[in-house]
Amino acid sequence: MYINKISAQNVNFYYGKTHALKNINLDIYKNQVTAIIGPSGCGKSTFIRLLNRMNELIPFTRLTGNIYLDEADIFDPTIDAVEIRRRVGMVFQKPNPFPKSIFDNIAYGLRVNGIRDKEYINEKVEKSLKRAVLWEEVKHRLHESALKLSGGQQQRLCIARCLAVETKVILFDEPCASLDPISTAKIEELIMELKKDYTIVIVTHNMQQAARVSDYAAFFLLGELVESGRTQDIFTAPKNKKTEAYITGRFG
Amino acid sequence: MSRKKERLYHWIFAILAFASLFFLVGISIILFKEGLPIFQKVDFFDFIFGKSWYPTYDPAEFGILPLILASVWVTFGALLVCVPLGIGSALYIHEIAGSKQRAVLKPLIEILAGIPSIIYGFFAMAIMSPFLQKLLNLPTGLCAFTASLVLGIMAVPTVCSLAEDALGFVPNSFREASFAVGANRWQTLTQVVIPAAGSGISTAVILGMSRAIGETMTVLMAAGGAAVIPKSFFEPVRPMTATIAAEMGEAVMGSSHYHALFAIGLILFIITFIFNIAAELISRRFRIKLGLAR
Repeated sequence: MYINKISAQNVNFYYGKTHALKNINLDIYKNQVTAIIGPSGCGKSTFIRLLNRMNELIPFTRLTGNIYLDEADIFDPTIDAVEIRRRVGMVFQKPNPFPKSIFDNIAYGLRVNGIRDKEYINEKVEKSLKRAVLWEEVKHRLHESALKLSGGQQQRLCIARCLAVETKVILFDEPCASLDPISTAKIEELIMELKKDYTIVIVTHNMQQAARVSDYAAFFLLGELVESGRTQDIFTAPKNKKTEAYITGRFG
Repeated sequence: MSRKKERLYHWIFAILAFASLFFLVGISIILFKEGLPIFQKVDFFDFIFGKSWYPTYDPAEFGILPLILASVWVTFGALLVCVPLGIGSALYIHEIAGSKQRAVLKPLIEILAGIPSIIYGFFAMAIMSPFLQKLLNLPTGLCAFTASLVLGIMAVPTVCSLAEDALGFVPNSFREASFAVGANRWQTLTQVVIPAAGSGISTAVILGMSRAIGETMTVLMAAGGAAVIPKSFFEPVRPMTATIAAEMGEAVMGSSHYHALFAIGLILFIITFIFNIAAELISRRFRIKLGLAR
């Protein structure tokens, strides 16, 4: 069995009076890719945004239950959200590089975390870009604006930005939603490569994508976790009828 | 039938839309026509750089340098007030305050913009000026400082609401990206949001400046009215707008004085025109930079 990296226990989440997540229990294993699947509005984005405490930025929300990262409660009042986000990185649906240079986009995460050593930053930027398989495409124009890159390149830049701060977990919130098939293939390849060193959670609408990249899958529906387990099992022999209906494309 | 109606509406709205263009052109033509004749009597450079403004003396002197400098001083002083106040409140309202505070603060600041300028002038004359006079033991409290302060407060809503718009144009995804790599609120604000909104904020400042330099009633009441080159902020001055307002009623139509006042108006018009064009260009670049326009 794999080592437990993140564990959600009896998690309930509310936007005002809306009960968005209902009693979620889910384990996420180290160095595995866990896919969160389900139709729009089922709570999957809400769920992964809890894992790096991004939902805190939205007013009038309420949480009950616990989420443990390496056995420590991430919502412990003595722990700063900034601390959690440094360990749990996030790549968003739409590539969101800063309107800064390619270099500064990556260096930003290091600088805000108090790193001033220029040599270290240079090294880290190069390493992260190489790891995100972007280095060859941008090494001669590190000081050009990141907004000049294509969508797929921007998304890999966002991944590199995440890698630079040495997170242990990377959350992907529909990372290929706005990308063409070739860029999508590159990102998927990268995700499978990264799981050697990172624990990965990916929200996706694309069933083929979930089947291709993930080891584990969790099916959400109307704020409830319907079924979770090995991707292989979920896709070939789902236990729940609703899961089967969704996967085979009968709704969603 | 309905097609005819459609065309009729098209023309009605087209005429309404072009009316403002018509006014702009009309005003420019009149300003040039009434302002330019002064340069047959006075050399252009003597007019701009002349140090004495004695329009009713014999021989009259038409040097508007004291008036220009007064406008520049007062506008600069107003900037010192409205830039920190306006941008600071925009940042607070848009980035820091909760939605309840925002719902109260924003309309309140916008109400400031709706107060008639004469009320500000009144406030400057009746309250600030005597206070300043006593405090600093000045011959008069009606001076560049008082005018700057009041003008600055008047320009706050302009700067604040435009700066807030600029912050609103910064996509939330930039803030999320920043938080996601472990930046705190302050770092996100100073290193991502403000730089991204930078040119939008400078547009706000330029338009605030444009507002301050064109304001008349307040400076007429608060600045003191002495047409001499200012040496300190605590001396009475006479900005360009106040000069026109104070003297136009006295000037004989068609006289040199009359044309000189129009020429001052023309210069003011050109200055604000440049400010507005600059603001427009900068804000266009800003929207391109953020990927909101091409």
